[in-house]
Order: sequence, then C-alpha cells, then structure tokens
Amino acid sequence: MMRIVAMAIASIAGLVMLLSPFFPDLESVGAQSSEIFNVIAAIAFILGAGSLVKVNLSRIGRRDAGWGYALVTLLCFAITLIVGLGKIGVPPNPQFAATPWAGEKDAAGSAFAWIYEFVLTPITSTMFALLAFYVASAAFRAFRAKNREAMLLLGTAFIVLLGRTFAGVWLTGGLPEWASGLRLENLSMFIMQVFNTAGNRAIIIGIALGVTATSLRILLGIDRSWMGAGGGSA
Amino acid sequence: MVRGRSITSDAARRVLLLLAVCAAAGFHDTPASAHLQEIAAAVSAEDAAAAGATTAGLFTPGKLPLAVAIIVTSGCIIAWMLQARAGAAMYLRRIPALDAVTNAVGRSTEMGRPVLFIAGIQDMDNIQTVAGITVLSHVAKTTAEYDATIEVPTSRSLVMEAAREAVRGSYQAAGRFDAYNADAIRYITDEQFGFVASVSGQMVREKPAACFYMGCFFAESLILAETGNSIGAIQIAGTAESSQLPFFVAACDYTLIGEEFMAASAYLSGAPDQIGSLKGQDAAKVIVATLILLGVVLATIAALNVPQSEAVSRVLESVKGALGS
Repeated sequence: MMRIVAMAIASIAGLVMLLSPFFPDLESVGAQSSEIFNVIAAIAFILGAGSLVKVNLSRIGRRDAGWGYALVTLLCFAITLIVGLGKIGVPPNPQFAATPWAGEKDAAGSAFAWIYEFVLTPITSTMFALLAFYVASAAFRAFRAKNREAMLLLGTAFIVLLGRTFAGVWLTGGLPEWASGLRLENLSMFIMQVFNTAGNRAIIIGIALGVTATSLRILLGIDRSWMGAGGGSA
Repeated sequence: MVRGRSITSDAARRVLLLLAVCAAAGFHDTPASAHLQEIAAAVSAEDAAAAGATTAGLFTPGKLPLAVAIIVTSGCIIAWMLQARAGAAMYLRRIPALDAVTNAVGRSTEMGRPVLFIAGIQDMDNIQTVAGITVLSHVAKTTAEYDATIEVPTSRSLVMEAAREAVRGSYQAAGRFDAYNADAIRYITDEQFGFVASVSGQMVREKPAACFYMGCFFAESLILAETGNSIGAIQIAGTAESSQLPFFVAACDYTLIGEEFMAASAYLSGAPDQIGSLKGQDAAKVIVATLILLGVVLATIAALNVPQSEAVSRVLESVKGALGS
C-alpha cells in the first residue's frame, strides 16, 4: 500500500512539473511542488544529522579504524551547531536594535561567519587544490600510447595543450599565411570547435532522450526500482 | 503589510473579501476600515491579475515546438513499450559496464571487502540521482545475493532516505532482510569537498573492492575515481555530466556514458517493457538524426548560389525563429 501511495505521489508531482511550463494555470502548482520539495528536504536534514551522530558515535564506541576522525567530526558538528543556533557574536540588527538575536547568523563579525571564512573555506580550497595532482596522474595513465586509439588521443591532446599555450604560438608562428590553418593555435581551435563540439552534442542529445525515457518509465510506474529491486517492473 | 503578501487560499480570500465589504458597509472612518479596504484592493488586484492570466490562453505561447518534441519522443517510447509488452522481440546490445556489476560484487565477496556506492552529490530533484538510486537497487540486490556488504555514503539527507528505502527493498526481494544494515547508508555532509574528504578517507581505510559512482558529479569525480584507482578497486561510473565523463573514462575500469547511464536500470531489470522503452529512445534518436541531416542539407542549399537558395533560406529562418522563441 505504501508503495502505491509513494508511486502515486511521484507520478502526480512529476506530471505536474512536466506540464507546468506549458500551461499558465499550472505554473503556480509547479512552483508550489518545488517549495514542498524544499520543505521535505529540510525535514529530512534532521534525519541526516541523526544518522551522522549515530554512525560516528558507534564508530567511536567500537574504536573502528579512523575513530579519531569521527570524534573530530562530532566536535565540529556540535560547535558549528551551537555557534549557528546560538548566534554567538552576531552583531545586533540596526532595524530591530531592541530585539536580541535579530541579526543574521552569518553576518560579518559573527563566530559562524568566522568559522566559514577561516576554517571551512581554506579546507575546501585545499581539497580542490589536490585536484591538480589527480589530473596529472590520470593524464599520465590516459595518454600512454598503448594502442592506436590511445595514440590518437595522445596526438590530439598534444595539439590542444600546445595550441593553448604560448609555446604553440612560438613553435608554429613562423608558418606562412597560406598554411595558417596548420598553426597549433588554429588546429587546437578547429579540434575543439568541430570534433569536440560534434561529439559533445551527440552525447547531450543522447542524454536528453535518456532523461525522457527514464522520466516516462518512472512517471508511468514501469520502473519502480527506485523503491528497491523488489519494486521491479510493472 | 497585505500588499506584499500573496493571498492564495481561496477560503481566506473569501473571508477577507467579506470583511472588506463589511468594513465598507459599517466602519467608515476607523483604522480597521482603512486596513480592510487595503485588503480588498489587494484581493481585487490579484483577481484581476488571475483573470488576465486566464484570458491570456490555456497554453503558454512559444512552447509549441518543445511540446511537439516531447510528444513525439514520448510517443515513440510508449509505442515501443507497448510492442515489447505484446511480445515483440527486441535486440539490445551488450553494455560491458553493466555486465561487470556482478563480477565486481563477486570480487568484493571473495576478498571480504565492502562495495562502495555513491549516487552523486545532488538531491532527489535531479534525474541523475534518481537514475543512480535505481541502479543502486540492482547492485544492492546482487550484494544481498552474494552476501557482500554495501556502503552508501550520501551528501543529501533525502538521498540517504531514498537509498535506504531502495536497499531495504532489494534485500527484502533477495530474501536477505536480516543482512540489511541501515547504518551502512549514511549522510555525511552537503558540502562538496567535505563529502569527498570523508569518502576518500573511508576508501583508503576500508579499501572497498568495488566502487560505483552513479549520479551527478562535478569536480569531485576525479578525486574519488583516482583514490579508488590507487586502492586497486574495480570501478564502474555513470553520469550524464558531459564535463566529468573524461575523468571517469581516464580513471575507472568501465564508464556508462550519458544515455547508457540512463538506460542502466532498464538493462539490469531485463523487463520487456523497459527494454522496449530503450528501443523507443533509439527510434527518437533516428528522428533527431534525420532532422539534423535535413537541416544540414537545407543549410547547404541556402548557402549555395542557386535560384532556390532564397526560398530555402526563408524556410530555415522561420524554423529557427519558431525554435528560438
């Protein structure tokens, strides 16, 4: 019974969202569906926080590998929660000077804003910076000339990389005007605008059709595996 | 106060109108009367706007080409679904990445290590996340049958709930509900790189034998896939984010590219009507390819200096105008 209700809600909400751009009368219903989703997501966050606390506490209790990280996670979670909910260090709102806690939790000068700016932002920037090393190691593997296709990939990457740097301009800048198409920067542009764009568009058209088919299977209740493989097919 | 607020509830509107009429009738020169008259004006303005919207037409102008495209595509898919349901034979090419799911889970069982499944970093309002959850249910069914453990870290609470529902259903279907562990499907954080840091740490510590990345990924795709590669896991990825596909192709053993990812659930289920939907999708692709070729031919004729060029050019411009509006 619960599955039928869930499927009915998914189908009706999905159909409304699908039709709302075409019918002015349904536009507000579509917008309301999005708002309902946001409300549900906000409520689900409580479950998420509960899961975070439970899993990390049990990890600490069992002394699992990396339990120290679980402890740090819980401490950071608790501190941020207290600082945010308690509005610690939040400057008063000039519009409501007499009302305590009227200021925004992330207003400049608040402890929450300090945590965001001086703890979270540097940590996330560090993680993002690691990407450069991962790109290098992945490129090293991808560009090994193991077979014909890999050699083609290597050659194309070589042209595109050189064509986008000053080295490319310097290397082939001396070619005469009638052979300007062979300059590395022009070859690079040709590869990106013709081959790359054509391939990308083919993938995007396939994705669009795939999204349509997937949506239809879910809306019509034919694919119910999002409720578990037991849901299966109609 | 009232002017800035939208009065949507029909009952509330009627009550407010009644009060406003009462105010006009009985309380001529009181502050309450002025306030209620403001309400009446706001309600009347909303009614007028609503009436204007209704008279503007039932169908949003300019959306006709999009509506036709959706109807034709959906028509193809539904027609092939019905054919498949009626018993028509459907050929489906093998997708090695999906055939490798069973091998990857089997390897995890043999090595006594967990299977890691990540359904992207977006919420349930993203179709890629929904597609990821549908694949998860099939992978979970295989892990239940093979007695392997599955770990599903999520970056959204709602995805965690949906994943729990999907995995629980799969374990029930496999008759292994006793092996279902809700805590293995857990929420980490909404923060993109916080999520990546946690999952990468887990991968390095627990060394899962198989990693699945199915959903919407951004810059974190390569960090996850390279970490998985460094621990020697079999990696199967699927995404519709075309900018992340090269990273997955470079770092994973198998990659489902765009529409293959969307087709994964249908392929794994093997159900005739779902396979039919994939054939319908292919039929729609043929129509799109034909239209593209027709456009290329017409554009070429329009560019040539022949007597028909001007007429063809006009046709092309009108088509462009219709699609662009």
